[in-house]
Amino acid sequence: MTTATTSGHRAASPAPGYGFGDVALMEWRKLRTVRSTWWMVAIFAVAMIGLAIVALSHEGYGQLSAADRAAFDPTHDCFIGLILGQLLLGALGVLVMTTEFSSGMIRATFAAVPRRPVVLAAKAAVLGAVTLAAGEVCAFAAFAAGQASLAASAPHATLGQPGVLRAVVMAGAYPALVALIGLGTGALVRHTAGAICAVVGVLFVLPLLFAPFSASVQDASQNFMPHPMANAMTAVKPLAHALSPWLIFALLCAYAAAALAAGAWALTARDA
Amino acid sequence: MIEARGLVKAYRSAKAVDNLSFEVRPGTVTGFLGPNGAGKSTTMRMIMGLDRPDAGQARIGGRRYGDLRWPLREVGALLEAKAFHPGRTARAHLMALAASNGIGRQRVEEMLALTGIEKAADRRAGKFSLGMSQRLGIAAALLGDPGVLLLDEPVNGLDPEGIRWIRNLMRGLAAQGRAVLVSSHLISEMAYTADALIVIGRGRLLAQTTVAQLSAHGATLKPGGSLEEAFFQLTEGVTDYSGGLS
Ligand SMILES: Nc1ncnc2c1ncn2[C@@H]1O[C@H](COP(=O)(O)OP(=O)(O)OP(=O)(O)O)[C@@H](O)[C@H]1O
Ligand SMILES: [Mg+2]
Repeated sequence: MTTATTSGHRAASPAPGYGFGDVALMEWRKLRTVRSTWWMVAIFAVAMIGLAIVALSHEGYGQLSAADRAAFDPTHDCFIGLILGQLLLGALGVLVMTTEFSSGMIRATFAAVPRRPVVLAAKAAVLGAVTLAAGEVCAFAAFAAGQASLAASAPHATLGQPGVLRAVVMAGAYPALVALIGLGTGALVRHTAGAICAVVGVLFVLPLLFAPFSASVQDASQNFMPHPMANAMTAVKPLAHALSPWLIFALLCAYAAAALAAGAWALTARDA
Repeated sequence: MIEARGLVKAYRSAKAVDNLSFEVRPGTVTGFLGPNGAGKSTTMRMIMGLDRPDAGQARIGGRRYGDLRWPLREVGALLEAKAFHPGRTARAHLMALAASNGIGRQRVEEMLALTGIEKAADRRAGKFSLGMSQRLGIAAALLGDPGVLLLDEPVNGLDPEGIRWIRNLMRGLAAQGRAVLVSSHLISEMAYTADALIVIGRGRLLAQTTVAQLSAHGATLKPGGSLEEAFFQLTEGVTDYSGGLS
């Protein structure tokens, strides 16, 4: 035997044991070294910026009715890319968890870090940081590209106007929150296809279920469905029936926290 | 040192592991033997804290796995051939695991060299052959220089040279004072490496013995009787999956 192992047992490390920072570094290295992470972030960027340019360059402000002109919100309309973007980062969140189960990596992970909620918390921190950074960069870029694409005759938004900066920042934060919801769902469901279906269901199908109800029920329900909530958060002109953007933001944070808590419970309760 | 006390694990109706107790001592290679479905892998997962026992407990150096402070520096395990993301390179896989237990890059490079996969270290592990995957798993198990090793059928997929390499590796690790638990179906394989033997069937302990004792017993069964003879006698009646001609 050639013996790199014969060095015997290593000197005790000063730290009393592994901590959150060690686990977060592991999760960062995992996220960084899988190609699909960067593909999904790249497609997210193209969707956010590209769709803002397409939407605002075809706004046709000159042909709008007076009512439509009054309702025209040049900030909110930059974030049409969120429809696709939320799905991409939500799927990224799902994959961060479910590929560990499908590959068997989860056993290596839990052997290295048996405290399972710490693993999920570290994943959430790393995924949250990466998706928030991507979300904010793309939201500001989409805003700038959208304003530049808008016809000269149309009203333009600037970051200095009331509510605009808030709307742009929230447009960047929203897909990161969906990514965390995806991560928690992945920990709960474990299978990629099932977890992605669950996320799509919550984002797109759940709002449709309220269609048979009266208008007032529908309007109220919109305050609690992620994608309509994103519309309200990114609007500068207040939408009818919508709660305040900050309240909606807090509610979405609570959804993400609930998904992660459920995921942590499921990881601990079930065999790996 | 590994201690299992009254481990029980039931899946639906059948008990995969049934009141199993044993010890694995430092400085020995302990063979963990039993027919297909005997419960070897399930037992190893319970020792690792991956599966929760329905009753009983397993301890490593007196502590439950979940209470270990630097798990990879205390226990190394090879549980299945492909416990890695197929899109990640071998080096990236080891670097990620190393980070969790404060292990440095130097040690990762040493383990890539020790297991002979350094030339493939920057290839995606999903494209590895079974033998290379097995070597990557062993590199991961040895990453923290642990005093306890659990290896579930490590010779699976290795070529003759690889088999000889792992036999020597296991003997060497035990000679350094580590406790090595290695599962196999093949008593003949254990004759080359193991000192102690734990034999199970249908989740129950059939014998905790040594290779020397078992082969001595084999010799009493019939003149020139072998270790294999004694093993078959031991597992007779608890083999769930056996082939036949008719
Ligand atoms: N996750 C599971 N769900 C249901 N049954 C299981 C599960 N894991 C193991 N079993 C059952 O438990 C029994 C023991 O399986 P185990 O894999 O531990 O055996 P083994 O000794 O490792 O077998 P082999 O030598 O074939 O690897 C088998 O009957 C198996 O079908
Ligand atoms: Mg097995």
